[in-house]
Amino acid sequence: MADPLLRLEGVHTHIGQYHILQGVDFTVPEGGITMLLGRNGAGKTTALRTIMGLWRPSRGAITFDGRAIGGVATPDIALAGIAYVPETMAVFSDLTVEENLILAARSGPIDPRRRDWIFSFFPAMQRFWHAPAGVLSGGQKQMLAISRAIIEKRRLILIDEPTKGLAPAIIEGMISAFRELKHEATILMVEQNFRFAAALGDTVAVMDDGHIVHRGKMADLAADEKLQTRLLGLALDQHQ
Amino acid sequence: MTDQAAPAPLIGPKRDLAPLLLPLAIAGFAFLLIGSPTTWLTLTLAALAMGMMVFVIASGLTLIFGLMDVINFGHGAFIAIGAYLAMAVLGPLAPWMQADSLTLNLAALFLAIIAAMLGTGVLGYAFERVLVRPVYGQHLKQILITMGGLIVVEQLLHVIFGGDQKTMALPTALRGAVLIGNVALEKYRLLAVAVGLLVFLVMQLTLNRTRIGLLIRAGVENAEMVEALGYRIRRLFVGVFIAGSALAGLGGVLWALYRETFTAAIGGDVVVLVFIVIIIGGLGSVGGCFLGAILVAMMANYTAFLAPKVALASSILLMVTILMWRPQGLYPVAKR
Repeated sequence: MADPLLRLEGVHTHIGQYHILQGVDFTVPEGGITMLLGRNGAGKTTALRTIMGLWRPSRGAITFDGRAIGGVATPDIALAGIAYVPETMAVFSDLTVEENLILAARSGPIDPRRRDWIFSFFPAMQRFWHAPAGVLSGGQKQMLAISRAIIEKRRLILIDEPTKGLAPAIIEGMISAFRELKHEATILMVEQNFRFAAALGDTVAVMDDGHIVHRGKMADLAADEKLQTRLLGLALDQHQ
Repeated sequence: MTDQAAPAPLIGPKRDLAPLLLPLAIAGFAFLLIGSPTTWLTLTLAALAMGMMVFVIASGLTLIFGLMDVINFGHGAFIAIGAYLAMAVLGPLAPWMQADSLTLNLAALFLAIIAAMLGTGVLGYAFERVLVRPVYGQHLKQILITMGGLIVVEQLLHVIFGGDQKTMALPTALRGAVLIGNVALEKYRLLAVAVGLLVFLVMQLTLNRTRIGLLIRAGVENAEMVEALGYRIRRLFVGVFIAGSALAGLGGVLWALYRETFTAAIGGDVVVLVFIVIIIGGLGSVGGCFLGAILVAMMANYTAFLAPKVALASSILLMVTILMWRPQGLYPVAKR
């Protein structure tokens, strides 16, 4: 079996006096979408932020593409080929859509073919190209945050709750977009919307109370209502 | 996605023009109260000159506050250091300053400004490294330590240059006024306006047309996300601190020449005005800072003529009025 693209081994993270990650072990295989699920407060966002270097792990190892990145500075992790879409989206409101993407294109000017490819599934980005990101709706800001992560080819994209607060119609559109994106890059996605996760995920890891409590194929979890109830508290048909 | 349904027109940036009408309104109102066009024009030019000098000093501070979230009361130290460095350079260049040649006069000033900006830039680097870096994110400590830094610098200037009042005379060609009709336009004020506008133009071009500028604007909003895009925000912090300190040095030279006499307290005296300007403009906003500096200077000059007793409080009154209208300042910068 091929080496995974990302591996976390016994990762602990403390935030102030709180011990959030308590020995997290999981892997992300190259290609496809790995979903990171769990109840609120399980430590999913902290896991993504620790991988990205925004929190420093107090113990354990994080390996990306064979290289240890635990405790490495965030810019170096980004330059190694990992993009991050935070839960807050963190678009730069004062900058235009174009300027947001100019900053995300690290290697030089924006590639017009890449830009047009993004326009093909996020047409709002073209329409608001010269508008400040602050005027975008919540869904459009999410599109911009994702566009920023894919304006250049990355090995791994970390995405934190892309559907949070979005209307169902927009979520349907996002499923199509991510189906196309997963051919382009490996994605590790934190998600609360189980239907969305089930529609997109190839593999899954479930967290609870700072630990990984389940790993496997997403399809298997989606088919097992008892397991869903045990791990997540609700079965698929009870989710939004 | 849902937006795929119908092609919609391209949407451009929205401009918030209301604050730009404020200087026009104040100038117009003052014109009615003053009555004499000549006096009004002289006061307005004085206000613009003062505003540009305050802007030069404040522009660096607003970026330091906006980007680094650092309340730097030590900014006044760089104003004083700039003034003293310029005095030290202009001393040996006195023949150039007194020559009846605009070229020699400006060359002397140029060298003094370069020395002041280089000196304050280097000292700014040391100030950030030694005093500011250990207290990132701790506002109370920032106020205490930068205020302490200001006091130490003032005392060091007294030790090095003496505690007496210093004089810095204007060069020959910049003394006096240009007469246009009945209106006397002081030459040095015209130069100060030109320098201020040049600094504003360069800052606008840098912030809007360069990647470094975009990074600064993005960093003011969300420094963490800038790092997540692969940029080392710490280097940007240091660069902005150095540039801000150098601009304070430039402002110190302009301000000292404007007043012609100064002491080591020159920075501390003006820094309160500078804080008022950046609060009025919106913390981190260069455009707001530019407008705020003009408004503060207009109020100071007009009220000094119309109601001298109110002049000292005019900046505070202006700030209170504007914050009642726009609590985040004229052009607030969105923060995460």
